[in-house]
Amino acid sequence: MTNAQRPLSPHLQIYRWQVQMVTSILHRATGIVLAFSTLFILWGLISLAAGEAAYDQFKRCAGSAIGIVVLVGWTWAFCYHLCNGVRHLVQDTGAGYTVTQFGRSSRQSIVGSVVLTLIVWGYVLFLGGVA
Amino acid sequence: MNASTKNLRHPLKRARGLGSSQYGVSHWWTQRLTAAGLVLLGIWLVITVLGLLRADYASARGGVGRPWNAILMIAFVVTAFWHAVLGLQVVVEDYVHTRWKEIALIVAIKFAAVLGALAGTLAVLRIALGV
Repeated sequence: MTNAQRPLSPHLQIYRWQVQMVTSILHRATGIVLAFSTLFILWGLISLAAGEAAYDQFKRCAGSAIGIVVLVGWTWAFCYHLCNGVRHLVQDTGAGYTVTQFGRSSRQSIVGSVVLTLIVWGYVLFLGGVA
Repeated sequence: MNASTKNLRHPLKRARGLGSSQYGVSHWWTQRLTAAGLVLLGIWLVITVLGLLRADYASARGGVGRPWNAILMIAFVVTAFWHAVLGLQVVVEDYVHTRWKEIALIVAIKFAAVLGALAGTLAVLRIALGV
């Protein structure tokens, strides 16, 4: 067999990690996570419509330790998908496709998402926490 | 003279309906359109939620029920589920390679999203109309 002489297409674990791979994978991952987080928003709206007892229970769950961890995670997922989504919309116009621009905008998406998350939760702390 | 030169049918006639160019363009465009909408609605949602975070039940309900907030909340719910369906559809098409499982999953996602959008809309209407 001469197959051994042929170049093989490398699979994911063979590639050297680059920032534009990270942003691409994170965009899809955060998109999936955010699709499920719509159910949490529904829970909030339905409990608000249902009455004070249901809303209090929703706020207790959201304000619990696990709730806070999930909410901080979702805030970051939202901020990341927002920043990187805007980046993709800009790239849809044909802009920003040189290697240096592509890497730079990738890093900006990541840094921007962390900064926005810190601003949101900094403001929550400034208010005195969740409920 | 071989068989292919005797065929007077235009290649486009055979290709039509078999290749791409069915829903791809409208899927792509609607994904961008809902994305642009969600940039605005998402930022509005975060600011609104932060504003109502420490509110008691009555003022939270009153806040979401205010006409503009109710309209934007319904717009957010519908747009978010729509965008989620388009995104999840691409993920399923990429990773699920058994045709019937792929179709079943996409149909299930679309049914769930329609129910979610209706449930969210009804909840906001109940809040806004006080029923």
